[in-house]
Amino acid sequence: MEHTTINLKLKVWRQKNAQDSGRFENYDAKDISTEMSFLEMFDVLNERLINEGQDPIAFDHDCREGICGMCSMHINGRAHGPWQGTTTCQLHMRAFKDGETITVEPWRAKAFPVLKDLTVDRSAFDRIQQAGGYVSVNTGNAQDGNALPIDKDKADASFAAAACIGCGACVAACKNSSAMLFTSAKVSQYALLPQGQPERTTRVLNMVAQMDKEGFGACTNTGACEAECPKEISISNIARLNREYLSAQLSL
Amino acid sequence: MGLNNRIPAGELAQKWSTYKSTCKLVNPANKRSLDIIVVGTGLAGASAAASLAELGYSVKTFCFQDSGRRAHSIAAQGGINAAKNYQNDGDSVYRLFYDTIKGGDYRAREANVHRLAEVSGNIIDQCVAQGVPFAREYGGLLSNRSFGGTQVQRTFYAAGQTGQQLLLGAYSAQMRQVAIGKIKEYNRHEMLDVVTIDGKARGIIARNLVTGEIERHGAHAVLLCTGGYGNVFFLSTNAMGSNVTAAWKAHKKGAFFGNPCFTQIHPTCIPVSGDHQSKLTLMSESLRNDGRIWVPKKQGDTRKPNEIAEEERDYYLERRYPAFGNLVPRDVASRAAKERCDAGYGVGSSKMAVYLDFASAIERYGKTEATKQGKSNASKEDIIAMGKDVVKEKYGNLFEMYAKITGEDPYSVPMRIYPAVHYTMGGLWVDYELMTNVPGLYALGEANFSDHGANRLGASALMQGLADGYFVIPYTIGNYLADEISTPKINTNQVAFDEAEKAVTDRIHHFMNVKGTKSVDYFHKKLGLIMWNQCGMARNEQGLKQAIADIRALREEFWKEVRVPGTADSLNPELDKAGRVADFLELGELMCIDALNREESCGGHFREEHQTEDGEALRHDDKFMYVSCWENKGEQGWDLHKEDLVYDVIHPSQRNYK
Amino acid sequence: MTWKEYFTSSIGKKLVMAFTGLFLILFLIVHATINGMIFFDDNGEMFNYYAHFFSHNWIIRIMEVGLFVGLILHAVQGLMLTFQNQSKRPVKYAVNPGNATSKWYSRSMGILGSLLLIFLIIHLRHFWIGTKASLYITGEEHNLFEEMKIVFSELWVVVFYSVGVISLCWHLIHGFKSAFQSIGINSPKYNGMIQTVGIAYSLIICFAFLMMPVALHLGWIQ
Repeated sequence: MEHTTINLKLKVWRQKNAQDSGRFENYDAKDISTEMSFLEMFDVLNERLINEGQDPIAFDHDCREGICGMCSMHINGRAHGPWQGTTTCQLHMRAFKDGETITVEPWRAKAFPVLKDLTVDRSAFDRIQQAGGYVSVNTGNAQDGNALPIDKDKADASFAAAACIGCGACVAACKNSSAMLFTSAKVSQYALLPQGQPERTTRVLNMVAQMDKEGFGACTNTGACEAECPKEISISNIARLNREYLSAQLSL
Repeated sequence: MGLNNRIPAGELAQKWSTYKSTCKLVNPANKRSLDIIVVGTGLAGASAAASLAELGYSVKTFCFQDSGRRAHSIAAQGGINAAKNYQNDGDSVYRLFYDTIKGGDYRAREANVHRLAEVSGNIIDQCVAQGVPFAREYGGLLSNRSFGGTQVQRTFYAAGQTGQQLLLGAYSAQMRQVAIGKIKEYNRHEMLDVVTIDGKARGIIARNLVTGEIERHGAHAVLLCTGGYGNVFFLSTNAMGSNVTAAWKAHKKGAFFGNPCFTQIHPTCIPVSGDHQSKLTLMSESLRNDGRIWVPKKQGDTRKPNEIAEEERDYYLERRYPAFGNLVPRDVASRAAKERCDAGYGVGSSKMAVYLDFASAIERYGKTEATKQGKSNASKEDIIAMGKDVVKEKYGNLFEMYAKITGEDPYSVPMRIYPAVHYTMGGLWVDYELMTNVPGLYALGEANFSDHGANRLGASALMQGLADGYFVIPYTIGNYLADEISTPKINTNQVAFDEAEKAVTDRIHHFMNVKGTKSVDYFHKKLGLIMWNQCGMARNEQGLKQAIADIRALREEFWKEVRVPGTADSLNPELDKAGRVADFLELGELMCIDALNREESCGGHFREEHQTEDGEALRHDDKFMYVSCWENKGEQGWDLHKEDLVYDVIHPSQRNYK
Repeated sequence: MTWKEYFTSSIGKKLVMAFTGLFLILFLIVHATINGMIFFDDNGEMFNYYAHFFSHNWIIRIMEVGLFVGLILHAVQGLMLTFQNQSKRPVKYAVNPGNATSKWYSRSMGILGSLLLIFLIIHLRHFWIGTKASLYITGEEHNLFEEMKIVFSELWVVVFYSVGVISLCWHLIHGFKSAFQSIGINSPKYNGMIQTVGIAYSLIICFAFLMMPVALHLGWIQ
């Protein structure tokens, strides 16, 4: 692949800690190879800031192959930037034009307080999972894996929901900061499988209750979450969650 | 300190069941008052934490990420092996055991590997029960594929995200225990020291990465499930945060480090594209099921791949290893790629890459699909289109990832790949019970050295991590803790905790006050380059000696010249990195020392001085049939202890994949 | 979980929106059908006949109470949800995605709904109060058709109604589909149908409503 270098202007959110009110700072990013990933561009910038004696920009990242769900930048108004089905770490500089100004913000939601700069606290997701995102089966209790045949379509649909990486882009993209896509993906994964049936009712009730308690908004069905989800999880899962929740309530 | 591997007596196949029937047990009431610390929440850590909490122990988990679910096990793509023989193709516990020992080039412990093969089936059952959505056939039963180094189909998978699904399964089990208070989570925490009292592990010192606070945590046993140390090479397929710090602190507190030089270089990774490169991305080994690896037959050929005719291509793996072809083990495939590139046959702008081509697979699948759909006179374009759809269903996410990173379409242009550091077989030395030589200190998963010898087979890391956590440690830890039931809750106000905390604080203070001129990454990149050039895919005496000298010099410069911005009492990723790189700078030296000591080639460890006439690894079983166990002596370096490898059942031979 | 907990949860609130919304959608069909009678161009005879029937039949009058309950629930819940949802992001983004990730009208249900509420108040003032006054106070027969002609003779009323009806159209295009999603119906089997019916319904209903003031104002109907 041919690569060129470009110069960019960055407008990055800087915030010392959760208490600080924060502000934007401008930076020049020069001689950026179009082969770089977005985070490698930040590495280059941070290296320069360190060498100049400034505080580098804090951002979450780990696997850098689009699966751990740690990276979380709101780039030019888009969760994880302009490419569809892509995490920030997999976004490459080919996506930008020479001379462009890029605005980078943290995920913004009441339930995701900023810890520093672009780093936010997403522990609310862990707590939603704790409320019921599991099958209660102790180690060693399992029957043979093939004793329970599962309809391939159902298994595939369950996998598609389970592919969620818990990055929080759905919350970031939603005008209401709703966590419905995240919660629905987990509820769907289990609702579609026979293993999930025994706890089906309590799971959905408890996970939704926790979701509401964490301070996420309600769903307006705009579909922005689905459009921004790096794993392209469908809002049909949200419909399923609504259905599961209603039938859990209606069950005698 | 003597080494006792505590392998039970008796027939190999009976050892584990004998152990389980005779090990000491802890009664439920006593379990409640025993505290266990689990550091790391990957497959090994999460599965161990969940299983131990289910048994009734009080567990604390630690991870440096913001959630347990982010541990790098999540990035494992291809699958997990299990000797289920669902495919009726002749698989058995013995064969999985045998393949693993052979794949590891006869440098692993028979008893450990046999146990691994025995419990492999239970892992699949457990994961299915947890709701892990494995790939299935239309009849609703589990699907399998094949991986390198085997001739059966025993790999279970969930598209190209098997690690993710298995980890989320273990994480869900962990979250269930958090919800009922049996596990207390400490996320965004980094373990910075092990505390030992009277020779036993009694707790850890950890730093809260958000507030910078240094914390003391006491426990009756400490489990290190902290993964491998591939990031010593700077560029690897590991996550950016993967580090050796926990294992290294344990090592400095007396735990032996086993076979540190055994590193796995994975053959199919996306090549380096420039100096900015921060990490390397793996293309799953499963791609070698269908992709064919080739280079041009002409040296320095600059034509585009599609312009090179079939007869002008050298499918070198198929040529050299007709029996296993493209599915030879990783070490063999990596070295073969390096050999071709070094000889001037490499492709791409850097010439450090080979092609992984799906054209023939696309055509083959297209034809099958045409037959299936009854289109006997389908045009070539139609066949290709149908074939692409099949390949997309099998490997879609990997192809997409390749396209995003390189900007090329792998459906029409062959992928360019090159080997990259992926996994470390070496790690903390552990006995059969997964306990290091420090009583009460355990190492599980990639963090230990035990099961993969000198080379790990594909889809075996997930198997080992989960075997250790779900099915081994719940038994073996009881054998130790049964004698600890009268030990009260560990008081963290003891001198040992004071000293450990002071050492940690002093070190942080030092980092903050060097105020040098170079960033942490500057040193990390330099170290990585030394390691890759001298202690990578091929090693030799002169290079290793040079590397040791270079690393020592670099380490000295690091402590004088590193610059850590910010403060110690806030979120400061540069400070976190500084601590990790300081440890890598010591580990790198030990790896080179170990590689220098092991004057043979085996698995991933290839000493140029020791090869067969046709360039294959040449072992010296007479001299090196042992595990190198290194004891840290502080300023004086390291002492070598040897654990002899005794093969009762398998007769080591020259590995042959031809 | 108690019913109260259910209906005060984020999903329960949306279910209230969906059911009341669908109820109002059904009502609009009846409303538009009766109003459509004016196009028979019989000097409002048929229209007045049905208007009389609908204002005097006791079953319909009971249902009317239900309609108001539904309407108030929908409006109050909608407004509350809008404000609650806005509070979930105390610091706003400097750059927003615009229409790249969602349709503007799906994000504007609160504003469109508020416009509709204002419209409704004036609309009720125009037609409903007169009808009720004649029914309960004066007891005279009310000629609704004549009243419509008078009201729509003023240009600003026609413009105001047009804005109201266009808001309604966008509100319905999202609301129709969204209601099914909130109830839990989202499947490839039905999605195409829901989408098509929703858009067709919104356009037809709103076209019918829009034509009334326009036709009366321009004297197309005498």
